[in-house]
Amino acid sequence: MTPLIRRATRFLTAHVDAPLLGAILLLMALGLIVIFSSSNQSLTRVTSQMINMLVALGVMYVFANIPPHYLVRIALPLYVLGVLLLVSVALFGEIVNGARRWLNVGVTRIQPSEIMKIAVPLMLAWYFDRYEATLKFRNYIIATILLVIPVGLIVRQPDLGTALLISAAGCYVLFLAGLSWRIIAGLAIAGGASLPLLWSALHDYQRQRILTLFDPTQDPLGTGYHTIQSTIAVGSGGIIGKGWLQGTQTHLDFIPERTTDFIFAVYSEEFGLIGNMLLLFLILLVIARGVVITANAPTLFTRLFGGAITLTFFTYAFVNMGMVSGILPVVGVPLPLISYGGTSLVTICLGLGILMSIQTHKKLVQS
Amino acid sequence: MTIPDLIINPGVEIRNSRLEIHHFRSRLAIASGFVLFMFLLLFVRFFYLQVVQHEHYNTLAEANRISVVPIVPNRGIIVDRNGVLLANNYSAYTLEIAPGKVDDIDALIEELATVIEITPRDRRRFKKLIEESKSFESLPIRTRLSDEEIARFAANRYRFPGIEINARLFRQYPQGELFSHVVGHIGRINQREVEQLEADGLDANYRGTDYIGKVGLEQSYETQLHGTTGVEEVEVDSGGRAVRTLSRSAPVSGNNLVLKLDAKLQEVVYRAFGDYRGALVAIDPANGGVLAFVSKPGFDPNLFVDGIDPSNWKELNESIDRPMVNRALAGTYPPGSTIKPYLALAALTYGKRRPEQVINDPGFFNFGGHTFHDDKVGGHGSVDMYKSIVVSCDTYYYMLANDLGIDNISNFLRRFGFGSRAGIDITGESAGILPSQEWKMRRFKQKWYAGETISVGIGQGYNAYTPLQLAQAVATIANDGVVYRPHIVDYIENITTRNRTTVESQQLRALEIKPEHLQLVKQALIGVNQGGTGARAFAGAQYVSAGKTGTAQVIALKQGEKYVESRVAERYRDHALFVAYAPADDPKIALAVIVENAGFGARAAAPIARQVLDYYLLGKRPAALKPGKDSGNDTAD
Repeated sequence: MTPLIRRATRFLTAHVDAPLLGAILLLMALGLIVIFSSSNQSLTRVTSQMINMLVALGVMYVFANIPPHYLVRIALPLYVLGVLLLVSVALFGEIVNGARRWLNVGVTRIQPSEIMKIAVPLMLAWYFDRYEATLKFRNYIIATILLVIPVGLIVRQPDLGTALLISAAGCYVLFLAGLSWRIIAGLAIAGGASLPLLWSALHDYQRQRILTLFDPTQDPLGTGYHTIQSTIAVGSGGIIGKGWLQGTQTHLDFIPERTTDFIFAVYSEEFGLIGNMLLLFLILLVIARGVVITANAPTLFTRLFGGAITLTFFTYAFVNMGMVSGILPVVGVPLPLISYGGTSLVTICLGLGILMSIQTHKKLVQS
Repeated sequence: MTIPDLIINPGVEIRNSRLEIHHFRSRLAIASGFVLFMFLLLFVRFFYLQVVQHEHYNTLAEANRISVVPIVPNRGIIVDRNGVLLANNYSAYTLEIAPGKVDDIDALIEELATVIEITPRDRRRFKKLIEESKSFESLPIRTRLSDEEIARFAANRYRFPGIEINARLFRQYPQGELFSHVVGHIGRINQREVEQLEADGLDANYRGTDYIGKVGLEQSYETQLHGTTGVEEVEVDSGGRAVRTLSRSAPVSGNNLVLKLDAKLQEVVYRAFGDYRGALVAIDPANGGVLAFVSKPGFDPNLFVDGIDPSNWKELNESIDRPMVNRALAGTYPPGSTIKPYLALAALTYGKRRPEQVINDPGFFNFGGHTFHDDKVGGHGSVDMYKSIVVSCDTYYYMLANDLGIDNISNFLRRFGFGSRAGIDITGESAGILPSQEWKMRRFKQKWYAGETISVGIGQGYNAYTPLQLAQAVATIANDGVVYRPHIVDYIENITTRNRTTVESQQLRALEIKPEHLQLVKQALIGVNQGGTGARAFAGAQYVSAGKTGTAQVIALKQGEKYVESRVAERYRDHALFVAYAPADDPKIALAVIVENAGFGARAAAPIARQVLDYYLLGKRPAALKPGKDSGNDTAD
């Protein structure tokens, strides 16, 4: 019996990457601890987040067991579907809070930009993989166009945060695919030059967010309020923090969105610089494992896609912590694996599941 | 190895793939470096916020969470010399809402109105309070709840979680109108007063205080009455809701004022005036303490405490009787013949008259083509100085004034306090007008005409003084030439330590008047009440008093025109004046009374003085007698 169980266990866990899973579980546990504090010790919130986590881990497990070459097949259809949905949103989408982001599909409402977070890097990785042998400058142009179409549609919604994350993911793929430094430099210059153009294309509230980043005191009760209060929370935490459940900024309701986008302010206030170093370490652990997996990935597709997933994970974490500590504008990006909320948790875990799949299906591909 | 080599080379595919991987890994390494660099950036930011700037942000976080809530001190009370309450605090139940704890205030008030009556005025007042205050303070929606209303609310309390019943102190003036012009009243602090408090650095002590003294003693002794505001440190959330108390320092109650005033005397004065308008100021000649201070009509100061409503305000403000004007303090009247004793003293002092020097009064005095009439047709005949005061001979003073000249007159009168503020301990005093050549040049850019001096001799013309100045001047005669600063407050009492701070009698100056001159004038003033113009009013008095009647013209008479009271509209009739002190040998009280539009001083003003002196010296409560109306004395004053 014992060998059977062992074999069964081995079969079931064959595609789970233990180091990655360990880091993920530690981050999730940390998340639950902070959510308990930031929700004013609401067990309902904690329980609900645990269910979200179980669902996300399930999704991760499923994707860990799907061999990467299956993903190659769905790359193009998923991308096309995503773009079509974004067009539909632009045409028939529902306006919520002044932005047209949601699409009513009868049974439920969906946010197609969420799909594109996976679909865009998948598509680009597939594209470069397909033309691997004959990569030319033209291919990079086409890849850029493939990236710009969905990003443009999302910017128009407007959803600057998501657009930035998706373009970051696309750029990572382009970079890892070997876009020449000369072009990168050229793009950087062109990008710098087009900043004024971009500025004029932004919505008023987006400009306001960027302006208040440089001087949050300009509008302390409006858009600057979030940044001011979260910065105070971080700074007042000091080296060792105020202690779990002891954050005054948190518990006296000065931090907005404190279970979701601004949860890092709560964490930072209660656990201080030492807690922040632990968190940075755990996140780096996930990224490091992702880098190792990607470096050893067997195909260009898995290398590019894995790299994009890893770097996107980094981007989420960096943008979130940067925003809370007041060095980046306020964009709606959750802290991966920590923030309360099912959608982002599932998206993140899906990506991490794919990383596991890349790692654990390597031998099969090679053999 | 170059790329063309690889293409030709048969093993190209694997090597190419290896090169690709190498290429990819270097890119990945760069990306990893980028990640590390960005995380280092984050760490530097965290270090900056949490170590370098920690103190700063900690202070900000503390400021966020701690709110200092003021605890308003009890205002000091005001009592008369016998402990009769003039301004009091009483505790009443108020229904209060803390706007910070309520989501929809309008709906809540609407529901509350089904249990307890809330008038539109209450609502307007509450709206105003919300705008002016911080959200964590609870604000009264209704004040002065009846027991029944409290019971009704208590039964429905569960429906109103954000509303509470609190006991608060309210200001009350039990004597109402009687002391309206002395005690004054408090009222809601307005914007100008806020700015003044800020300028004086007192705004911190007035946090949470809604009221401030507006007029009278309530205003002039504001710093004593207010007390020191206590503070409570409260932890608040971002909505301003109090979570818990961190520390508390108790407030210090304001000090009580004990006055020189006698409430019963004040009441006697008030009653003695009957329906007349006017003012009376009674002073203790020995120290300048004010014994009675009446300006009639008054008003109910209680109306002002919580903000006067428009209809009452309109009534007070537009009344022809002008009840808001403090006549005793700010009203200026020609002194009429009451000025004569001082002019007599001036003439003696400047050597322009000797007491026994006799003039002949034919009933008029001609000067520069004008004829100045004596009140008595045919004149008083031979008049010396004593008689001039007793019978109030106008001709004697026409001549005397002419001989003195206006500058001598004004220099002498100034020392008695005429024409300058007495410095009483309430504000709003008028200086009055003491005419001189210099004054006329300044005021009208005209030179003084000698003929104008003649009218000044009988207290007409430009000069105009407040009843307070008249009282202070007669008190100065009573105490043989010492000028005291009049003061209403006797002492200030600290209610915790029971320490008393006496408002010291302040001797402003002692006049250099020869005793024999003073003696002559004082004898003459006694003569006034014994056989002169005041004799009828003081007939049968059980003490010896000194007095002087006066009549002040409201409208100037044309040349040669005779004043006939019945032909003049009530508001244009002469003002009646009387100054007095008693007992004559050891004066305990000196007073000046003016009765507006009441005609001769002897008839309307002297009887009021008699009643006041009778009460103060003998404790005799007067029968309700209407001054003047029953008397047919038409003797000139």
